[in-house]
Amino acid sequence: MTEIAYWEAIRRAHDEELANDKNVIVMGEDIGVAGGTYKATLGLYDKYGKDRVIDTPISENSFTGIGIGASMAGMRPIIEIMSINFALLALDTLVNAAAKIRYMSGGRASCPIVMRTPGGTAHQLAAQHSARLARLFMSTSGLRVVTPRGPLDAYGMLKSAVRCNDPVIIIEHERMYNLREDVPDEESFRPLEGAEVVREGTDITLIGYNYSCHLCLTAAERLAQEGINAEVIDLRALKPLDRETIRRSVEKTHRVLVAEEDEAPVGVGAEVIAGVIEDCFFALDSQPVRVHAADVPVPYNAKLEKEAIPDADDVYHGALKALGKI
Amino acid sequence: MKASDQKRLLREMIFYRRFEERSFEAYMERKIGGFLHLYSGQEAVATGVLEQARVGHDYVITGYRDHVHAIKAGAPAREVMAELFGKETGSSRGRGGSMHIFDPTVNFMGGYALVGQPFPLAAGLALAAKHQGTDQIAICFLGDGANNQGTFHETMNMASVWKLPVLFVCENNLYAIGTRIDRSTAVVDQYKRVCGYDMPSSQHDGQDLDAVMESAKGAIDHVRGGNGPYFIEYLTYRYRGHSMSDAAAYRSAEEVEEWSKRDPIEVYAKKLKKAKVVTDDEIREMEKGIDDELENDIIKFAEESPEPRVEDLNKYVLDDDPDPRWIGPLASNGK
Repeated sequence: MTEIAYWEAIRRAHDEELANDKNVIVMGEDIGVAGGTYKATLGLYDKYGKDRVIDTPISENSFTGIGIGASMAGMRPIIEIMSINFALLALDTLVNAAAKIRYMSGGRASCPIVMRTPGGTAHQLAAQHSARLARLFMSTSGLRVVTPRGPLDAYGMLKSAVRCNDPVIIIEHERMYNLREDVPDEESFRPLEGAEVVREGTDITLIGYNYSCHLCLTAAERLAQEGINAEVIDLRALKPLDRETIRRSVEKTHRVLVAEEDEAPVGVGAEVIAGVIEDCFFALDSQPVRVHAADVPVPYNAKLEKEAIPDADDVYHGALKALGKI
Repeated sequence: MKASDQKRLLREMIFYRRFEERSFEAYMERKIGGFLHLYSGQEAVATGVLEQARVGHDYVITGYRDHVHAIKAGAPAREVMAELFGKETGSSRGRGGSMHIFDPTVNFMGGYALVGQPFPLAAGLALAAKHQGTDQIAICFLGDGANNQGTFHETMNMASVWKLPVLFVCENNLYAIGTRIDRSTAVVDQYKRVCGYDMPSSQHDGQDLDAVMESAKGAIDHVRGGNGPYFIEYLTYRYRGHSMSDAAAYRSAEEVEEWSKRDPIEVYAKKLKKAKVVTDDEIREMEKGIDDELENDIIKFAEESPEPRVEDLNKYVLDDDPDPRWIGPLASNGK
């Protein structure tokens, strides 16, 4: 085991997969000579060359489409989109092509691409660099959507995504790239399906994914100081969603909160809670609680930005509400 | 070219016309649903270009007016018709319909409804061929209307920068759905538009099969020779509306009449008759044989084929037989 940063974990997965299969290529803006905005491909241009670590022009829709076309012919492209906001430009090729080609060809063609992108607010990047949009991809049939919360999943899920035959969207987070965690030194994989109970508890289930999982863990520590034993679930995969793990937890704790950095209405929290109500309504002792961003474009001003985005305090207070303590 | 090949090509073009017109009838009988875009009038382009390609080896991709391209690329005509009928035996197992014919067994990589979307997909197929070191090329057929999408400009740029083995075939039929080219497009000659991407290009008569074949040969040789992409424009005309729901009221009877005089099948038939390669009687025989094949084989197959099973609704969304090592679920699931 070695403790490495999130960005190093992604870089290592790229390196291993490029070495493993010559059909693996990486494409994106500034990922080659420059080594990637978040260093996820640092040094790989020198190691694998310009034909496998491909610097693209700023043409998100078409370079994603080129990756998709190449995947239909046996390649395994990993496409980096610098910010999830820019992924909106590639929605035509991702949603209208990659997600639908297998189905509308009756299973005769497939698009095994991986699209990685950071989604989330960082530090005053303002409205056009702070989108989250997980809900958008989560609502599209034909895609897999995963949200690694730390280096172990960032490494192992990227490796699985490259080998999986479906189009996989990996949503990272700008504030997690320097997060550190132990990762096995030998090659390993983490599955693309299944939520994970990351803290066991009995009194309430706190559900997060990506960065909001860390908010849940912090809130759980604070609740523990007050004698409240919270269980924390990392969804890991938003599509398909692991409703079974959620149901089992809620049947044990009888209270549930979902934390998401995205704004409501409409989103991960709404979907998870709808599932809870359908699957285990009678297990609930109180109303489910959603913790989410304000329904505004993300502001530039630091004070306003902080107010717009949920933090561990908000999760803590949301939990108290679900517990009937406020 | 041998007389037997010339006769074969004439028969192919007549077959494509009859296939489309028979689809029209089936649509009126409500045997075919959704949108149906017919290729009648443009036959010489797909026929001539793909005659020069290595069918089954080269990648072919196009928009939603895709039946004839698919068949010329090697997809069995009865499977294409069965797809229009929404049957399990169809090219796309009844899941795609008229606009989404696929047959990857012959490298026909699909018809797409988003105008301009095949540009990058074609470049990607070409990138794969180049990367894998094959001598395949990708051939992308699209209309003039597609050239006003962002994907046109983005893809022409990348195809040129990366010297990808892709041939872009522009079938300029003068109308982007119902809007005439000079009302929507600053530069009417489409082949001029790729100059900004330093890509070689040319413009040709799309109604004369010989002219199409000759020009396509040069373009394909260029691309296969490792010289990067080529953009070739053919001036052509579609007789029917954009789709079945379009009565084409935006163009005059005179214009249609004028183009009918340059019908690709008639132009070629006249040439062959003049050269004494074929007689009127032989053409009538051909037509009779085609009608017989259409009714007694192709339509019959489509009619008699089963529909997809409702139980299979969720098949083909994702890999139906995934490797659990990559998919999971996670072992600690629900602990």
